[in-house]
Amino acid sequence: MHKYILRRLLLLIPVMLGVSFIVFTMMYFTPGDPARIMLGESAPEADVQKLRDDLGLNDPFFIQYGRYVKNAVVNQDMGRSYITKRPVFDEIAARFPNTLKLASMGVLIAVVIGVPIGIISATRQYSLFDNISMVVALIGVSMPNFWQGLLLIILFSINLAWLPSSGFDTWKHMILPAVTLGTSSAAIITRMTRSSMLEVVRQDYIRTARAKGQKESVVINQHALKNALIPVITVIGLQFGYLLGGAVLTESIFGISGVGRLMVDSIKSRDMLVVQGGVLFIAVTFSIVNLGVDILYSFVDPRIKSQYK
Amino acid sequence: MSIDVKKRKKTGPWREVWRRLKQNKSAIFGLIVILTLIVVAIFADQIAPYGYDDQNLRARFQTPNGDHWFGTDNFGRDIFSRIIYGAQISLKVGLLAVGIALIVGGTMGAIAGFYGGRLDNGIMRFIDILLAIPSILLAISIVAALGPELRNVMIAVGVGSIPSYARIVRASVLSLRDQEFIEAARAVGASDTRLILKHIIPNSLAPLIVQSTIGVAGAILAAAGLGFIGLGIQPPLAEWGAMLNSGRQYIRDYPHMTAFPGLAIMVTIFALNLLGDGLRDALDPRLKN
Repeated sequence: MHKYILRRLLLLIPVMLGVSFIVFTMMYFTPGDPARIMLGESAPEADVQKLRDDLGLNDPFFIQYGRYVKNAVVNQDMGRSYITKRPVFDEIAARFPNTLKLASMGVLIAVVIGVPIGIISATRQYSLFDNISMVVALIGVSMPNFWQGLLLIILFSINLAWLPSSGFDTWKHMILPAVTLGTSSAAIITRMTRSSMLEVVRQDYIRTARAKGQKESVVINQHALKNALIPVITVIGLQFGYLLGGAVLTESIFGISGVGRLMVDSIKSRDMLVVQGGVLFIAVTFSIVNLGVDILYSFVDPRIKSQYK
Repeated sequence: MSIDVKKRKKTGPWREVWRRLKQNKSAIFGLIVILTLIVVAIFADQIAPYGYDDQNLRARFQTPNGDHWFGTDNFGRDIFSRIIYGAQISLKVGLLAVGIALIVGGTMGAIAGFYGGRLDNGIMRFIDILLAIPSILLAISIVAALGPELRNVMIAVGVGSIPSYARIVRASVLSLRDQEFIEAARAVGASDTRLILKHIIPNSLAPLIVQSTIGVAGAILAAAGLGFIGLGIQPPLAEWGAMLNSGRQYIRDYPHMTAFPGLAIMVTIFALNLLGDGLRDALDPRLKN
């Protein structure tokens, strides 16, 4: 097991190098001269050129990329924001907790809603409950979360005045963003749990358990659920990653100071080092979450654990 | 004595799929909505009562009424007309983005699966890298690099969905490449390209069709998301996400400005999802629960 985790962590290195290369290349070819952005439009050309030399922006592409990777790995230095002049790492680290909190609450809401409804739907297939929850789930998947966020603001902040529409300080601030972010994931998890349960319920060992005369609750909770949850865990892990990315939209609706909003603002002000750092940061988090999910498997399914040895 | 020829039913795999799809009411509902949207998008000039950028500053912020079914916006533009023109943009982005992902991802997956070995390894590691970046972030970075134009939004959204098509095609190719009919085709001298295009791809169409239908929904949603944060297709073009974004600041007093574009996106995605689910059940009845 330790070996497996270590191997997976080592495999992260080439993936992250690849991600950094792709993102670096895209940002390199983005129009706009960083030195010009830092000094302003009115700065004399000589100053801009000097700054370009100082920053190494006149070096060949691969040298610049190599230096970026080396600084990022050795010194945790991802450069400085062109606008605020603060280290990119600090800018991101200051906002990352909000994004992580938002995504975690989104996932929590999605799981708390999605898993039970999926299980009940599967155990009562084609019942009224099942039909209604499947339609609602499909609406949940289809509703753009940025629109849903606006509707929630209209209802709960403007009309009812129950919850604040922006900020992220107290738990009251977190409800609307977390619901907005979590809804589509809840719908996806509901659908996945239902179909996974339905598949398991048809297996022979479930029939055996029922034939033994076990109570339905034991059959579902003890026998079916454990096996049905394995694909659901994958989906939950993937959703967590999507929510980290999807937080971009939610953060901008609710005015939350997170990594997503930082990136959008940075793109608008052409602060490309921050964008680059943000994408890398989220990609690393996403990959670590996926690794965590894979490790979690082994606790749910001993068959998988035995493969890791 | 006469033989009743009419009664003989035509058969074939696609007819069978269509027969099963027809029985699924919600899928047919989805199909009808999508076909209607396509017709509306094609004949937007004839259907829309106003142009998408016809401003009438004396008729700003009108709530829905007889002249303006969905009301007007802050420039006095007719929201109903803008939504109709928006259908053009959204469908174009959805279809072309999926087209890009399908062609690039499909080719990569086919090559990886067919040739295996190092080529497979290399391509799949590249796919792993793309997968490590959440697709909306990838799309945002691409648009940031290329600029927020219609064409670039299509590319940005398309690139984000390359991995899913590459994986589906690769998996199908892997399961097909050692089958006897492929061996037979090879024995009569078919080239690799012919094997892939004529024998393998047609046999792996089912999952691709399902993924593409749901993929168009995802692409429309992603493009609208980009529009919403101001990084997508730019005003005055009537893109649904951008319309939502501009209605946002008037949400307190004129919620109709955000209600209709949002509804348009939701109905489109809902219909595509219904159709996608129906197609999945019709193409592979084993998957049906």
